Amino acid sequence: MLHALADPWSEPIMRRAFAEVVLLGIAGGALGCWVLFYNLSYSAESLAHSLLPGLVAAALLGLPLLLGGAVGIVVAAVAVAVVARTPAVGRDTAVAVVVTGLFGLGVLLALSPAVPAGLGELLFGDVLGVSDSDLLFAALLVAVVVGALALLHGRLLVVGFDRTSARGLGVAPALVDTALLVLLALAVLVAVQGLGNLLVVAVLIAPAATARLLTRRMGTMLVVAAAVAIVAAMGGLYLSYYAGTAAGASIAGVLVATYPVAAAARGLIPARRRSAAA
Amino acid sequence: MHDPGPVSLRPALVAGEGLAAGYGAQIVLRDVTFAARAGERVAVLGPNGGGKTTLFRVLTGELAPRLGTVLRPARCGVVPQTERSRLDFPVSALDVAAMGAISRLPWWRRPGRRERAQALEALDAIGLADQARATFGDLSGGQRQRVLVARALVQDADVVLLDEPFTGLDSVSAERLEQLLVRLAGEGRALLIATHDVDQARRWDVVLCLNGRQVAFGAPAETLTLDVLEETYGADLVTVHHHHHDERGAD
Repeated sequence: MLHALADPWSEPIMRRAFAEVVLLGIAGGALGCWVLFYNLSYSAESLAHSLLPGLVAAALLGLPLLLGGAVGIVVAAVAVAVVARTPAVGRDTAVAVVVTGLFGLGVLLALSPAVPAGLGELLFGDVLGVSDSDLLFAALLVAVVVGALALLHGRLLVVGFDRTSARGLGVAPALVDTALLVLLALAVLVAVQGLGNLLVVAVLIAPAATARLLTRRMGTMLVVAAAVAIVAAMGGLYLSYYAGTAAGASIAGVLVATYPVAAAARGLIPARRRSAAA
Repeated sequence: MHDPGPVSLRPALVAGEGLAAGYGAQIVLRDVTFAARAGERVAVLGPNGGGKTTLFRVLTGELAPRLGTVLRPARCGVVPQTERSRLDFPVSALDVAAMGAISRLPWWRRPGRRERAQALEALDAIGLADQARATFGDLSGGQRQRVLVARALVQDADVVLLDEPFTGLDSVSAERLEQLLVRLAGEGRALLIATHDVDQARRWDVVLCLNGRQVAFGAPAETLTLDVLEETYGADLVTVHHHHHDERGAD
């Protein structure tokens, strides 16, 4: 049994993959809690999808994917802002139109024979192939996200809890929203390298949704979400190793599976014990 | 707070002069001229859409007036309808009360031990110290209103805006909240209380009637005439007045 548990980690490729998903889990888990309570889940998915043309263009031009993704996010943000100003087009519609358009453009470009990385790799990531620079960026992301969330914690609470009174309490909601969106864009940009365009949302949403079921205070929820992300990522890598499934998809699958498991466990624990524990 | 002398001689803590405000191209409130002094409880009466919330948004600085001048308080506490805060948010009553300290802290600091001690004191003052660790969303409507008042106390607000604080409260909770408001005003704060309850407004010090514009402002006894109420509430008042002559709720 112990041998079976230790076996996957004898391979450097698995150790690196685990280091990457631990880092992404810490950043994504903690940030995801705020994404959830600020109703930004759709924005997170949209950001991830809209940077696909940038990633593909970078691959075509031989540029770093991170740079392509960054340009993709900026283009998407500007496009959403422009389309949303069109009379009779709401913000949600603008996001849907722009993101679908950009994602389609990305797929079209990715089908070009000149693209060195396959479409699958861009969509689903290559967590087993993470480079030193990927790990470095993930570590930097953790430092920036955890640091920023710690500094902004009080203000994020005020705006998230009661947006209408925030200004009266001396907090500008627009600044807090912007800071959170910038952190979200950074996280998507870095995490997409390892988990891919389609699966990155799993690490942002699933651990936070699971932690929300299990906790009753924001501070505890942030820690539990990060822990859930790390444990699920490890479970996903085991699954991938022994079942021979794609690593990114396995991690995303286990991340999402934590939610029904937690919901079932929650149903089994009496409410009184739950509130005392959390 | 020390006794600041007769109310009529005290300076206004919050005031407006010829105020007009709106959203986009639409002006939804105009011609508002009023003042609230330390120790005054001002009932802000008006139908839904009459401009009560818009006036509050101008007073907190969230909305710039289109016309006129406004005297905003340095520290303006807001007690919104509790349904507008997120009841699923994972915060305790103490966390919410401590949010009142945030404006005194630099942007990178969150309420610490000192601020949480102040928050506990404020919860004690409103009789909810024993619920400090309870999750905000699990409290009753009346308790939630009082926690939001505690937040304004921690903020050390000299003006408190209360948006229909009695809506949905049972009579015991409403009575307790009313006593608390009397005490807050007695400590030298100015309170603006948006309400539909005409009977209750008669018990406050001053009344401001709004219906897209200022209909009247003054002491309840002289201001709350049938003409003013009809102008404020229009057809809604006639319906209620017809069936329940002395009942609350002009809406």
